[in-house]
Parts: sequence; C-alpha cells; structure tokens
Amino acid sequence: MQKIEMEIKGKYTVKSNRRLTHKTWVMTLGGDTGAITAPGQFVNVAIPGKYLRRPISICDYSHERGEIVLLYDVVGEGTLAMSGMRQGDTLDLLNGLGNGFTLDTDSRRPLLLGGGIGCAPLLNLASALRRRGKNPVAILGYNTAADSFGMDRWFEEAGVEAYIATVDGSIGTKGFVTDVIREKNIEGDYFHACGPMPMLKALCMGLDIPGEVSIESRMGCGFGACMCCSVETADGSKRICKDGPVFRKEELIWK
Amino acid sequence: MEMRKTTPDLSVTLSGVTLRNPVVPASGCFGFGYGMSEFYDIDILGSISFKGTTRDPRFGNPLPRVAECSAGLINSVGLQNPGIDAVIAEELPRMREVFHQPIIANISGFSIDEYVECCEKINGEEQVAIIELNVSCPNVHGGGMSFGTCCDSVADVVREVKKVVTKPLYVKLTPNVTDIVAIGRSAVEAGADGLCLINTLLGMRIDIKTRRPVIANRMGGFSGPAVFPVAVRMVNQVAHSCGVPVIGCGGVSTASDVIEMMMAGATAVEVGAANLVNPFACKEIVENLPLEMERLGITSLSEIIGIV
Repeated sequence: MQKIEMEIKGKYTVKSNRRLTHKTWVMTLGGDTGAITAPGQFVNVAIPGKYLRRPISICDYSHERGEIVLLYDVVGEGTLAMSGMRQGDTLDLLNGLGNGFTLDTDSRRPLLLGGGIGCAPLLNLASALRRRGKNPVAILGYNTAADSFGMDRWFEEAGVEAYIATVDGSIGTKGFVTDVIREKNIEGDYFHACGPMPMLKALCMGLDIPGEVSIESRMGCGFGACMCCSVETADGSKRICKDGPVFRKEELIWK
Repeated sequence: MEMRKTTPDLSVTLSGVTLRNPVVPASGCFGFGYGMSEFYDIDILGSISFKGTTRDPRFGNPLPRVAECSAGLINSVGLQNPGIDAVIAEELPRMREVFHQPIIANISGFSIDEYVECCEKINGEEQVAIIELNVSCPNVHGGGMSFGTCCDSVADVVREVKKVVTKPLYVKLTPNVTDIVAIGRSAVEAGADGLCLINTLLGMRIDIKTRRPVIANRMGGFSGPAVFPVAVRMVNQVAHSCGVPVIGCGGVSTASDVIEMMMAGATAVEVGAANLVNPFACKEIVENLPLEMERLGITSLSEIIGIV
C-alpha cells in the first residue's frame, strides 16, 4: 500500500526551538503527523545547505495537536544548523520512518532505559505503554548533572516513575542505569532501551529479561534504499533505518 | 488552446529497448524497486537499474558507510547484495509485482568468471532488457585495480560476457581514469552495445575532531549534484566518439538536468543520489519533464539527444 505522499514528506513549521543544556535542544514542530504509527520512529530532517538529511528520533508527538517534539544534541554542522532555526521557520521532513518500539508485549512492568540523548524516544513510549495498562518505569542515564535537564519530570508528568543515574554521581544514583535497577530494587519484566552502543551491549548481555533496543547510525536515505546503515543480525542483514531502529536483544550480534 | 496541444513524446530507445521515458533510478539507490513502491507507483519510470549484484551474497563494508559533502555524499556500501541466485529467486519476483517496465540488471564481479556466470544467469530473465556491467569494482585477478580503469581488462571482461548473453550489454564506466573515451572505445570494440557513465568519483572525508576518516573503509564513491558537470562533460565526450547509445548518470536531480544530460549525448538518464534525499525525486522528474519540454519548445525527447 502506498502511504499518502503528503504524510511522509512535508513542510513543518518550527513552533519553538530552545536550548536545554550545553548540548541538548528541544524543537517543537507543527504539521502532519499521519505517518507516525509507533513511538520510537524517527524523522529525517532536510537541513538547509546540507545534502544528506539528519535522522532524529521522535521524542513525542500528538496527532490531535499536529505536533512533533524532537530532542537533539548539537554534535556537528547539521544539528548546529538545526539549533539556529527560529519560530516560524519551516523544515522539510520525511516522517514516521523506521519500525518503532513494540507495544503489544505481555509485559506489566517495562523498564525504559535511556542513555543521554537516547532518552528521547522513551517519552512517547512511556505514554503509549501507560495507555495499554502497563506500569513502566523510566531510568535515565547521563554522564554528569550538566547533561541532565529534568527529563525525569517529563516522565512524571506522563504518570511514569523516573530515576536518574550519572556516571560521576553528580545527581541521582552514581553509576549506570543498571545501578539504579539494583539500588532501587526495580523488578522489570521487559526492557526498552536507547542510548550509546556500549550501554546497549551491557543491557543486552547483562539483563536476563526480554527486551529491545533502538540503535543509531549515520544514514544515507533513512527509508531502506541505500544500504548505508546495514547491520548483521542473527536473522541476517538488516537496515537500521527500515528494519529497525528497534531490534530485539537476541537479534543483535555483539562483538 | 487545448486543441493544438500535442502530447510530448518522452519515449527513448536503447539498443532496440523502448522506455516510456528516459528516467531510470541508478543502481544502488533504489534497491529492487518494491521498497520504493511504498512511496509511489514506480511503473511511471522508464526502467530501473537494480542493486549491483554479484555471484555470492555480500554483506558489504563496515559502518559508517556514508559521509556528507557539499552538494553530495560519499558512500562505501561495498556491493551489499544477496547474490545472483537469491536475486533471481526472491528479488526479481517481488520486483515484478510492482514494476512492469524493462529492467536494467546491474552486474558486478571480482573476476571475469564471476561476471560471465552472473550475466549468463540474468540473461535468462524475461523482464531483464539490458545488462549493465559495473566494471568499477576491484579486479582480484588484476591485483585489485578496478577492471574499468584499464582498456585491456574492460575489453577482456566485455568480450567474455558477450559470448554468453543475448541481451544488450552496457558497460558502466568509472570516471576515475585519465581518458574515459579510450576506455569506452575499448568496451565498444570488445562488443559493448552501449555505455553508462559516470559511476562515482573516488572521494574521502576526514572528521577533524577525531582525526579519522568519516567512512570506515577510508574512502568511497562521491556522488550528487556536485559531480553533475563532470558527468555532463564525460557523457558529451563519450557519446560523440564511441558510436553507441549512452546512459548518462551523475548528479542528475531535476527534469532540466535530464534534458541537459540528453543534449550532452545521453539517450536515457540515471538518477542516483537524488533518490536518497528525496524518495519522490524520480516521480517529480517524470512529472516535470513534459512541462520543461514545453517551456523549451521540445516536442520529442529523442530529438535532443547529443545535439550539443
């Protein structure tokens, strides 16, 4: 079935774009959200003056308000240009890309484990899981207090219990998200994770509950055409952009 | 007013194969088409050059495989494909469900035997109308140098493949050579029915923060609008000196680029990188071509081939 062209590719208006930390920004866009079917999907943003689009995970969205929230770190020229966008500017997006997180699990107590900017897609996931009668708990890991911007409160506003871990212990539990699980005695029966690869590797190898992780990569197209983001999995070669970005923990091969 | 309006003729013919229009997604930028048919009805395209296929399945190169450039990108996918047998058994049937136009089969190899085996197999596929030989990959027998950078090795592979195929054989030329006309002539003398150019230009980007190449494989193929003038120049040189039809390729992004490429000498035009930043690129080009023709007073695209 062909999706409706306007829903997949369109112009979005910047409603707000503000700085949260020394590197993290939040942008709210207005426009058609029809292509978004699951939390954990991403948009591919055309940046004026850049050739390739930049894939950014969808932090939150509302079909009713026609709104998309993007949380992004300024890590290079593309995201630096994004941080210069002002209210009223328009951005060309490919929307609703990727598979997104699994919502129909048997889990009652899913763990939402985020590392740095990887916390972003877990916010809408938290709401979606709540709507399905689950009782998720979010654990957000950062290097240091300066990287955190109170996202735990965003989860709490969505009715989800949230904790913070920092590697240097400057706020929350000292250590990693797994240290919070131990310290607070949190008994999850499934995990959804997004963050740096070493963190995801530690979770996939270390947690003995079923789970899935969202991984990132430099991408060419973002919709499965160019094979620039292929990974070898237990089920053969997969495209992070099209077959992912969310993979079951057993699918990924850690070296 | 409606009365005197004639339907512009977009059709073109490559070695006896008529395409409804000259717009062809380039190999590696469109998969086997069926994925892109989620975006639009791909039957509006003239043809599709499918993902470069080798004898054995290949996973390709380590990530990152892609780097941003001014008006373009570098890729080093490394010919990821499921291998010729799986392409015939699985990919082509899926492609046939959504695409009913002539198909261009892009075949790659690391030895002459491999090219011959793959081309012989694909030659038997009914919907495959043209075989496009990608001679830009390293030649394991020739010490790793690309087949396409040496007149003798291009001629050798074309001559051997020509013995086993009945369909028109086009050779996709690399621009990373001193004299592309000489390479083109060698291919034609060895029996090539047509030429396709240009493949990507070798390029490299360095992350100045990490002091490492952006691409895991260090370098890759540079494509996108930045290479368009190079492609137009090479198509023009080759089209006027090799005596066979040319498929023009390299940085084409708009209907006016297609017309420019055809004026340079291309009979059909492949669109690569543009598909990756705009999945609707080829659809927009097909839709805009008649408007652009009308604006320029062109009634038939065939008339402008090589007029410059």
